[in-house]
Amino acid sequence: MTAMKPIAAAALAAGLMLSGVPANAGEITVVSWGGAYTKSQVEAYHKPWMAKTGHKIKSVDAPNPAAPIKAQVKAGNVSIDVADVEYSDAVRYCDEGLLETIDPAVLPPAPDGTPATEDFIEGALTDCAVANIVWSTVFAYDAAKFKGAEPKTIADLFDVKKFPGKRGLRKGAKPNLEMALMADGVPAADVYKMLTTDAGVARAFKKLDTIKKHVVWWEAGAQPPQLLADGEVSMTTAYNGRIFNAAIGEDKPFKIVWDGQVLDFDLFVIPKGAPNKDLALEFIKFATDTQRLADQAKYIAYGPARKSSGKLVGLYQDGKTPMAPHMPTAEANMGNALVNNFEFWADRDSELNERFNAWISSN
Amino acid sequence: MTTAADTVAAGDLGPLTTGDGTPLKTALARATRRARLKALFLVAPLLLFVIVTFAVPIGQMLYLSIYNPVFSDNMPRLSSWLRDHDVAQVPGEDAFKALVLDLTEARANRTHAQVGTRINYERTGATSLFKSTARKIKRIKGPPYKDQLLALNEEWGDLHLWTVMARAASPHTAAFYAQALDLSYDAEGDIVRAPENRRIYGHLFLRTLFLSALIAGLCLILGYPAAHLLASLPLKYSNLLMVLVLLPFWTSLLVRTTSWITLLQSQGVLNDMLVSLGVLGDDGRLQLMYNQWGTVIAMTHIMLPFMILPLYSVMKTVPKDFVRAARSLGAGPVTAFLRVYLPQTVPGIGAGVLLVFIISVGYYITPALVGGSSGQLISNQIAFHMLQSLNWGLAAALGALLLGGVILLYWLYDRLVGVDNMKLG
Repeated sequence: MTAMKPIAAAALAAGLMLSGVPANAGEITVVSWGGAYTKSQVEAYHKPWMAKTGHKIKSVDAPNPAAPIKAQVKAGNVSIDVADVEYSDAVRYCDEGLLETIDPAVLPPAPDGTPATEDFIEGALTDCAVANIVWSTVFAYDAAKFKGAEPKTIADLFDVKKFPGKRGLRKGAKPNLEMALMADGVPAADVYKMLTTDAGVARAFKKLDTIKKHVVWWEAGAQPPQLLADGEVSMTTAYNGRIFNAAIGEDKPFKIVWDGQVLDFDLFVIPKGAPNKDLALEFIKFATDTQRLADQAKYIAYGPARKSSGKLVGLYQDGKTPMAPHMPTAEANMGNALVNNFEFWADRDSELNERFNAWISSN
Repeated sequence: MTTAADTVAAGDLGPLTTGDGTPLKTALARATRRARLKALFLVAPLLLFVIVTFAVPIGQMLYLSIYNPVFSDNMPRLSSWLRDHDVAQVPGEDAFKALVLDLTEARANRTHAQVGTRINYERTGATSLFKSTARKIKRIKGPPYKDQLLALNEEWGDLHLWTVMARAASPHTAAFYAQALDLSYDAEGDIVRAPENRRIYGHLFLRTLFLSALIAGLCLILGYPAAHLLASLPLKYSNLLMVLVLLPFWTSLLVRTTSWITLLQSQGVLNDMLVSLGVLGDDGRLQLMYNQWGTVIAMTHIMLPFMILPLYSVMKTVPKDFVRAARSLGAGPVTAFLRVYLPQTVPGIGAGVLLVFIISVGYYITPALVGGSSGQLISNQIAFHMLQSLNWGLAAALGALLLGGVILLYWLYDRLVGVDNMKLG
């Protein structure tokens, strides 16, 4: 029997050599949000990584990739290796021990040698997560629908007298409460302070009351551009990249209003007990290097989470649209911008969503 | 009348036996037992499958609604202190010592945030309170614990927080059921109605029952004549019509729901048609979906086959001669229908209505897609707590209440109509 082993090993090795597959070829499962966003990740991260390493990536879409993580980790049956999640979920899950920690020291430095910890935008690295993009919730409208004046400020989203038509809003407390307060005249800097008080929350809901009858609620990121295209709504909140892709990529007459935008990070995490933990980390290191983050901006208008990537952001994949002005972080777009406060939401998520659900289901 | 001869004959033969001398009674019992075992053997795979993949997980899920050991497991000292003492005011040094020791340990095990989340279900702000305190807990070296902890964050001196922790100290809790019934605990730990702007589930349960009943009723009104037509036409026509019933039944649910979106939305086929015919102005487009209408219209369509098929199978067996006989004896068409035909189709009506109603009560996809805010059912809230808020205890409690309600209605139906009268095909 012992003599068999080397022979079997040799045969196996020969077989592998003949088949041309690298001996360590593996497969990881990456879960993301679908649509134009997943496509940008496939083009910028997945394909180059597969070409370089010979490993495979199974790309899976979910309305919220954070949702299956808890179920899988609790059930002890994890199939996800890498997930792309929102900031508040990344922090919450990390605190609850559902994620592997990621040491930022292992991330590749910028081309000029700046270590990753300094190269990433402040807040983009947490104990368990590495950010890849800065995105924002904005509101957008169909320019063809408005003959005269066009919406300019966040207050116009709530003004159905001046700008008639249905409104699309994300079904959930975040970030409708923030936008309602900003539309009601609260400066961005005071929004979260205001929302910690009962009076502030009541004020936000009161503002939402004014358009409640005119709202079509959406849940997945792909819905708002569709609602606009169908003419079902005249304005809708949306993830800025989705509107960019519809407007520039598909030539729809959609325009973004940057006033009152709410900025957020999307981050890569590895669920605790991921089947291919090491490969997953290799993938994250590759995907979040300077070049790859800059490449992603070629396919969708989300800002790279690294400072050094900013200079490399060039033209859209059509080869003529410069991407920089479409980034949520572009100087001109940051006039009245709010950065999502994940600590606020970690605390008040359940209370405010419960209240939101009660509000939405009452007539 | 027994004659003497009969008695003698029976006495001579003794008890009846089979060929090999076994008493007939024993042989019969043996044969039935064997048949029963055979039957059990045949259904065993299904039984096992149902138990393993259905009964056990559902049981576990429902158990989550009363069992949540997150706090008691990860804060053992404080939990046992809280179980032994009555919290009528903010406790003293003992409890704070247990709290500090437990929190230090929880911090090391990275479980402090889970504990905070559990308390946060009932008291907003607990997540960050536990997290920020755990971050700084190392600064507390020794007694007096209470003063030092209050210096770190004065929220620890809040009575409401302590009453919530006292309830969480027991792994078995009624808190999720209380929440599912729109009740909440006040600062003293008494159960009160939740504040108006947090009440949601009672209202949603009623809406779910009402809409399900409405959908079942609409299906009956639409399906009864159709099933009657199917049952009375010659086979070659009825088969063709049957395909029209079955084709949507076989089509993917998602496809059917999204086609309703295309049809019903304000820029959709139906509205466009009405506008181009001049029935409606361009500003007066009907809002047929993203509200209750959407849910009712789309679900009535989706549920129709579940009504037509049981009705059809019952009507098929009703002899036509009875109605003809009634007519020939002088009954008008209405009387003949009401007194002769209708009673014979009751088993089909019962089966169809109950089937549609029970499926509707737990329906989720269609209301989520076309229901807007006013067409949401309780199942959408269950899905929300399963997938978004991750409060599985509350989801389980809502699910258990829904299950209980359906069982209650089934029992009522059995008392009023009789389940034996139900016929599915």
